Amino acid sequence: MNYQELIRQTALRDERVVVMTAENRAVLRELPPVLGPRFVDVGIAEQTMIGAAAGLALRGRIPICHALAPFLIYRAYEFVRTDVGIAHLPVKLSSWIAGFLSEANGPTHQAIEDVALMRAIPGMTVFCPADEADMLAMLPAIWASPDPAYVRLIVRKTDYPHAPFEIGRAEIVSEGSDVTLLVYGLLFEEARQTARLLEQQGWSVGLINMRSLKPVDEEAILRAARTSRRLVTIEDHLLTGGLYSIVAETLLKHRQTADVLPLALQERWFRPALLADVLAFEGFTAERMAQRIVALPAE
Amino acid sequence: MTTATSSSAPTPAAYAELSAIALRVREHILRLSTDGGCFTGASLSCADLFVFLYARFLRINYERLDDPERDYLLLSKGHDVPALYGTLAELGWIPIERLSNHLKTNDFIYWHPNRHVPGVEFHSGSLGHLPAVGLGIALDIKLRGASNRVVVVTGDGELDEGSVWEALLVASAYRLDNLVIVVDRNHFQANVRTEELIPLEPMAPKFEAFGCAVVRIDGHDFGQMEAAFSRLPFEEGKPSVIIADTVRGKGVPSIEARADRWFCNFSAEEVEALLRELHGEARAQLTSETLTVR
Repeated sequence: MNYQELIRQTALRDERVVVMTAENRAVLRELPPVLGPRFVDVGIAEQTMIGAAAGLALRGRIPICHALAPFLIYRAYEFVRTDVGIAHLPVKLSSWIAGFLSEANGPTHQAIEDVALMRAIPGMTVFCPADEADMLAMLPAIWASPDPAYVRLIVRKTDYPHAPFEIGRAEIVSEGSDVTLLVYGLLFEEARQTARLLEQQGWSVGLINMRSLKPVDEEAILRAARTSRRLVTIEDHLLTGGLYSIVAETLLKHRQTADVLPLALQERWFRPALLADVLAFEGFTAERMAQRIVALPAE
Repeated sequence: MTTATSSSAPTPAAYAELSAIALRVREHILRLSTDGGCFTGASLSCADLFVFLYARFLRINYERLDDPERDYLLLSKGHDVPALYGTLAELGWIPIERLSNHLKTNDFIYWHPNRHVPGVEFHSGSLGHLPAVGLGIALDIKLRGASNRVVVVTGDGELDEGSVWEALLVASAYRLDNLVIVVDRNHFQANVRTEELIPLEPMAPKFEAFGCAVVRIDGHDFGQMEAAFSRLPFEEGKPSVIIADTVRGKGVPSIEARADRWFCNFSAEEVEALLRELHGEARAQLTSETLTVR
């Protein structure tokens, strides 16, 4: 099973599903002959894709809109907000190469504000699976929901056996009293290794795969804040409006406080390079993250 | 629309020199097509255009980039940047050795242009932006009563973006005949033929309907380039559009005009074979899969 096969099976089972792309079809290459007119490639015209998706959704369709993250949501942001958001239509945004996955493309392609912008739209739901298996576990529920949805796609594989998915619920990988790492998306695997490195040094480490950023699992955050001396948020996203903000909003809403270290991009785009070099340069390898956590001053 | 003639072709010696530079630019593009790769096919299609523009047309002294009277070239189809860097390296704007920093964190030689590289006027990568940015530059030049020219190189697939046409409407309304749009018409967008997806032809009448004066040329023929660029603006008070028909992958037959040779990450051996093919030796045997989304 992979992303394309899941779309194929879903679309063949439910004729409401229409697959749309703004000419980013390499991972969908086998779908046009299978879906015929229910595969719609609008060319390099993201605004028109989203507007048309709204029109299709008005007629009862469930459009899955697949495009490069920055153009899918930044180029078309007002169309997403105004046509999909205001009308609260079940348009499913499939976002390709968000965060560090844009590698050496440069700032034009770096979707590192996507969580902030998408969760700002009333009624929009936001999901960031950790790996391919996690994504395949999450997408059916996301597509079956009546809500508009934004998903950071990921096709990288890890060996973590994920639990079944429920919208609004995080996946508690482990609980620990010294520190809890809260992470989503691509950096899940690095965070797992970070947890291992810390455990080797005798730390008691919790790890949470956030999965659903809106609605967010408030209880998972609050419980981690209660049971762990320190929280670390890990994200390939700007500090503004991402997981660190979500954690801060959640804690304040419930009149709790916590010692939180944010590992995120702060007021800058990341250095373009191949992924391993990006992680090293930006300090997001497991070793560097473990060092940054260990270096924190004791309370 | 008119068609350019070769009446004012460069002299044979000048033509040979341009061809020699273009060949070396294509070598650079192929050498960047490994260890992570680059947009090989799309870069090879506009290599001749860049060589002509920088070597023959643009009034830019790379040691005087702050000269307010100089021309501008804006690369709107940013994924062609290996062709631009290859040209700038061959003309001495940047050291050739700097190309070996491709995709490394010690430099800014990555998949799209950016202003850390001298001569790059503006970053790009998101299509359909630089016709508008070029419009702004051209507007300032008109406000100052100056005569610099602003050349914006776009792709053909890029014309799908509505923002291109918004910019043309405004440029036409403001009579910006110092603005030149050059379309690298290589007939592909990413992994699809344009005419099989969102047909663009007839292309020239579309630009004419938006108030532009249009000339269509062979984008690999320096004589036709000279004939067209030497008589700009084509009409007083109108933005000019040059549709340059090109071949994606031009110069390397085994990757020419192929949907799957847009972004390429070849093995080192394949690059060596492609270099031999570029020089007219044996055709390369390619096994790398290069159908990808970037």
